[in-house]
Amino acid sequence: MNSLLEMRSITKEFPGVKALDNVNLTVAEGEIHAICGENGAGKSTLMKVLSGVYPAGTYDGEIHYSGKLAQFSGINDSEDLGIIIIHQELALVPLLSIAENIFLGNERASGGVVNWRETFRRTEDLLKKVGLSEAPGTLIESLGVGKQQLVEIAKALSKDVRLLILDEPTAALSEGDSQALLDLLLELKTQGVTSIIISHKLNEVRRVADSVTVIRDGATVSTMNTKTDDITEDRIVRDMVGRDMASRYPARERHAGDMLMEVRDWNVWHAEHKDRQVIRNASFNVRAGEVVGIAGLMGSGRTELAMSIFGKSYGRNISGEVAMHGQVVNVSDVPNAIASGLAYVTEDRKSLGLILEETIQKNTTLANLEEVSHRGVLDEGQETAVAEKYRDAMNIRTPSVFQKVMNLSGGNQQKVVLSKWLFAGPEVLILDEPTRGIDVGAKFEIYGIINDLSAQGKGVVMISSEMPELLGMCDRIYVMNEGALVGELTAEEASQERIMSLIVTD
Amino acid sequence: MEVADNNNESGTQGLGAYLAGHLREYGLLVALIAIMAFFQIVTNGVLLKPVNITNLFLQNSYIIIMALGMLVVIVAGHIDLSVGSVMGFVGALAAVMIVNWGWPVWLTIPACLIMGLIIGAWHGYWVAYWKIPAFIVTLAGMLVFRGLSLWLLEGQSVGPFPRSFQALSTGFIPDFLGGGRPNATSLAAGIIAVLLILWLGIRQRARNRQYGMEDEPTAFFVVRNFIICGALLYVTYKLAYFRGLPNVLISMVLLTVVYAFITANTTLGRRIYALGGNEKAAKLSGIRTERLTFLSFVNMGLLAALAGLIFAARLNTATPKAGFAVELDVIAAVFIGGASMSGGSGKIVGAVVGAFIMGVMNNGMSIMGIGIDYQQVIKGLVLLAAVFFDVYQKNKN
Repeated sequence: MNSLLEMRSITKEFPGVKALDNVNLTVAEGEIHAICGENGAGKSTLMKVLSGVYPAGTYDGEIHYSGKLAQFSGINDSEDLGIIIIHQELALVPLLSIAENIFLGNERASGGVVNWRETFRRTEDLLKKVGLSEAPGTLIESLGVGKQQLVEIAKALSKDVRLLILDEPTAALSEGDSQALLDLLLELKTQGVTSIIISHKLNEVRRVADSVTVIRDGATVSTMNTKTDDITEDRIVRDMVGRDMASRYPARERHAGDMLMEVRDWNVWHAEHKDRQVIRNASFNVRAGEVVGIAGLMGSGRTELAMSIFGKSYGRNISGEVAMHGQVVNVSDVPNAIASGLAYVTEDRKSLGLILEETIQKNTTLANLEEVSHRGVLDEGQETAVAEKYRDAMNIRTPSVFQKVMNLSGGNQQKVVLSKWLFAGPEVLILDEPTRGIDVGAKFEIYGIINDLSAQGKGVVMISSEMPELLGMCDRIYVMNEGALVGELTAEEASQERIMSLIVTD
Repeated sequence: MEVADNNNESGTQGLGAYLAGHLREYGLLVALIAIMAFFQIVTNGVLLKPVNITNLFLQNSYIIIMALGMLVVIVAGHIDLSVGSVMGFVGALAAVMIVNWGWPVWLTIPACLIMGLIIGAWHGYWVAYWKIPAFIVTLAGMLVFRGLSLWLLEGQSVGPFPRSFQALSTGFIPDFLGGGRPNATSLAAGIIAVLLILWLGIRQRARNRQYGMEDEPTAFFVVRNFIICGALLYVTYKLAYFRGLPNVLISMVLLTVVYAFITANTTLGRRIYALGGNEKAAKLSGIRTERLTFLSFVNMGLLAALAGLIFAARLNTATPKAGFAVELDVIAAVFIGGASMSGGSGKIVGAVVGAFIMGVMNNGMSIMGIGIDYQQVIKGLVLLAAVFFDVYQKNKN
């Protein structure tokens, strides 16, 4: 098979650091090529070199695209040749319609006047191709993330894409939406579209990829092909982290003790749509030292359940009660929820969990400033000591706790959020997607921290879209669907199939 | 991510790297000195004459006092456009109370300050609990209180005030340590302030070193303190040869110290920065964000009322025009002082220096006889330049 793209010994240096060191990547015409690597391995940098974000001349090495040497001076050059990148953060305008977004900057117009009829007709064709049944005039903001992702792909198709690059396309998608997206990639493959997919989800990689290139520390580690090699998840993981991982989940002991937290008959209505009930009669409990999982699809109400319990931070008309050690407690606002012994680690650490412009130190103490102050006056020495203690305990990789958290990698940021909540001294921690967007090595560390917490007798509620993670970590798993807890499985009973069947048969 | 980690490693940097990281703070100080030097030369030494230094403080006191509150509001992520009108309204209220109603001064002052609190609470209520953008709420307030002062004064100027009220602004601290010139109290206060600044600075350095925090290189510390202390001694010396320390200078300095302490060293201050840095994250961390927003406006109202009293006392009359467009000077001072438009950063000292930069430019250009038209143009460009400098720095990093 001919190669569509060849990147030869690409080296890209930033002041003081070599982000890419002699990377080679060959993508064959008409294949789906996966790129795997830990966060910070250089995947995104490589794609920026390819798309012309870093123009020719700012890196060493050569790019050959469909047989010719390509020297892009900007993203427009690469788009002209049909190289389209879909970034992790979607670049759609929420208050414009699907059609307007698809042809944004590329309007079907003559003399500056938009030809709406053609715009809508072509949009309908494109939507059909990606399997979306929405009307072209639908506003983007009314679509879920999964459908938005499909609109992005439709937009790419409108530009006659030859090489489609997807950066973590399924990171924010539910299981069902992910499957649909992967199917679409396979479908596009039969129509001759070549794809590069960057992903942390190895099962997906195995499912769709024809070849896999693993990058570690800015260098190519291995390239595997499904025809010639036996690609296993373990092998990819080993190449990604550079060592054998005996298991992706650390061994843990069961130590479920006394009843710690009970939630009874919890009902929540939607924050904006008054008559939509988001949580229906949810009751669950957590024992001391227990890790309890909540499984469910995206949109099943898991985050809404957690946030409504944590100081009524979501929803309206909330009813039901929360008891700690058998006593009903007041969780009417966040300070009360914290005082009752709860902590909530959000799924959206950048916009809800951290103050990115502030230092690790200030983020760490934020939820418990009383502990590092006397009569309202902060003791900076004590604060620093606390931050350093957690930096060491959590293995946060940073030269100093006075580093701004926006300079940290996703895994280290997540450890800062965990530090903040551990310092607040909770009895029950609700962890919402604690390993989202985090590389394999850091995930393992987070799992270790969760196990330590349960060994200390804290209760942990773990919400996750990754079922293997729940199966690997939890003592008990609740299954959530459409706002109700539809089943409860012990670790022994639980399997991906049983969880899925509980969701589907409900 | 490793890229950023390596570049920002602290503690082991050279002088150049340190300067690059703190260019904004030093730049502000250097700019103030340069501007003062410039006007000192072009006005043939009038700028730093004792009487003019005294004037500088009197003229700018109300801006500086409101800049303290405005910094808090802006750090919290909001803005207050009403302060000029509120200041004028409270001045008018004081005039009506004293002159028309015959209230005593001791009753009028607290009544006016309470009015300031109520006005601040009015703005804060809509912003904090109804989530109406502060821009709108305070724009409305700006119109409402401008109208109310016109109504109160019935379009006339009301005055004059009794001496005890004027002392708020134009009074001087009596010389406790023997009379005459130089004023010994003034000199003593200057020396004590210098010693205090040096002691605090040295103690802070010792602490920073103990905790392994980023440290100012010794050379910078020495030069910076030499300049600040030198300027302080120079100013008090000059003031001592005029009439001593103005009352308003004392209240200004005390307020500045108190607000600098609260913003930098208390849980309250930290929470306000957190609120401005990321309101949702702050709220989910157990910070009562609505209450803090409310309080920041209440505080602003109080300071605007104080500024209104001082301004009226200085002019010795309340006019319907008092405080017109002053909010723009106050906001400009805060942004020149390095606060971020999006909230979460900015320092009290920066806002005060920013206000002085504006004040010295106003004063210097007036002495030079530059028309108000050019003055506005120049001030506008200085504001843009200062903020451009911030943005440029940020992008470079």
